[in-house]
Amino acid sequence: MTKPEELVVRRIRNGTVIDHIPAGQALNVLKILGVRGVEDFMIALMMNAKSSKLGRKDIVKMEGRQLIPEEVDKIALIAPEATINIIKDYRVTEKMKVRLPDEIEGIVRCTNPNCISRQPREPVTPSFKVISRNPTLLVCKYCGTYVSHKDVVAQYAALAGS
Amino acid sequence: MLKGRDVLSILDFTKGELERLFETAFEMEKKGRGKLRLLEGKILATAFFEPSTRTRLSFEAAMLRLGGSAVGFSDVGRTSLAKGENLADTIRMLDAYADAIVIRHPIEGAAKLAAEVAKSPVINAGDGSRHHPTQAMIDLYTIWRELGGIDGKRIAVLGDLRYGRAATSLIYGLTSFGIEKLFLVSPPSLRLRQEVMDFLGGKVNFSEVENVGEVIGDIDVLYVTRVQRERFPDPAEYEKIKRSYRVDLGLLEKAKDSLIVLHPLPKVGEIDLEVDKTNFARYFKQAAYGVPVRMAILSLVLGAVGRLNDQT
Repeated sequence: MTKPEELVVRRIRNGTVIDHIPAGQALNVLKILGVRGVEDFMIALMMNAKSSKLGRKDIVKMEGRQLIPEEVDKIALIAPEATINIIKDYRVTEKMKVRLPDEIEGIVRCTNPNCISRQPREPVTPSFKVISRNPTLLVCKYCGTYVSHKDVVAQYAALAGS
Repeated sequence: MLKGRDVLSILDFTKGELERLFETAFEMEKKGRGKLRLLEGKILATAFFEPSTRTRLSFEAAMLRLGGSAVGFSDVGRTSLAKGENLADTIRMLDAYADAIVIRHPIEGAAKLAAEVAKSPVINAGDGSRHHPTQAMIDLYTIWRELGGIDGKRIAVLGDLRYGRAATSLIYGLTSFGIEKLFLVSPPSLRLRQEVMDFLGGKVNFSEVENVGEVIGDIDVLYVTRVQRERFPDPAEYEKIKRSYRVDLGLLEKAKDSLIVLHPLPKVGEIDLEVDKTNFARYFKQAAYGVPVRMAILSLVLGAVGRLNDQT
């Protein structure tokens, strides 16, 4: 059956659909994936679609683009309830929920400017323990500072603006 | 086993390990002022990127009393760091020269990075406003020694709980023991950080109070820390609250006779000089315990404690 949103954005043939993104976060999801829109695959982006689960939600469809597990982890940072649908020949062949791993490395910056992981020229990869998955709450392994969902979104939003 | 371990946070140590440390420190105390040979031939590097008097000197004194030697710096202006060398490279060098490294650094997590880079044990002597585990070990030892134990005690920690690393580390350390009650006494702007508060939840029965007078009759230990003027953007606000964080004979009138008052030192006016002469004051003893406790830490992480009883 054709879903209402498919009247706005058509189905893709092969690729990935990221569904159940919190409303307003689709651009940040693209940013976290490093998708800038200059790549050679088609991207469809729907914002503020109706959702029984979230009220409003965003959806990202990428034709011909697959996700690797690290990318799925990254999405979980800003869209903890997202589902990933792998599409082959217009059909969903695999459906998975994102889930943050217990620890994450490198993809988030500590918010404490006095943390060793923020110092230039030191061999430190920012590392965090995940305390809560929804909403996202991380704790820096170096200085113990909390990094919240809001902080993570702000970091990616700042990147998106640059 | 403590041999080869880094000492980065008080939370890295179990109650059993801390008690073993206390017993070793007590043994060290009993050996008196003589020189032991437990760490003969070993070298301790002290890397102080921030000023310190008692922490550095007591580590060096502890190492010398154990028969070892100490090298180090406490003036970054005279090291390669002034030329722009990064911390990791400085630590790699010290690691090549010494058997253990003591580091104090203004940046949070610096000791953890040092431990990742160095093969030798790294001892955190204070990084930023977060951890100062050896101070917490001394504070806990003082309670253990002066009151015969830590379990079941009612303890108030007073002052800057937000940025004070000694207070934070002690509070973390107390979670390993079965204390009856913890009172957190601070001005609203210097309350314990949320992540520390969350950590306490379920582990310790604690409450926050703004005035130490409310709890002074109800506690066994009063741990005082400095409320620094520079933490207040508005000097008038500092002047207003300063008096409520001052410990004097008037306040102590309501205290139990057995109360002990501790302070990580240096103190600069938050404890009235009259208090120094009372039996409440244990902070000078606490500072003196710094040497035997650090002797115990060094001999345990360098694996020399088994030989303690062979020493006369």
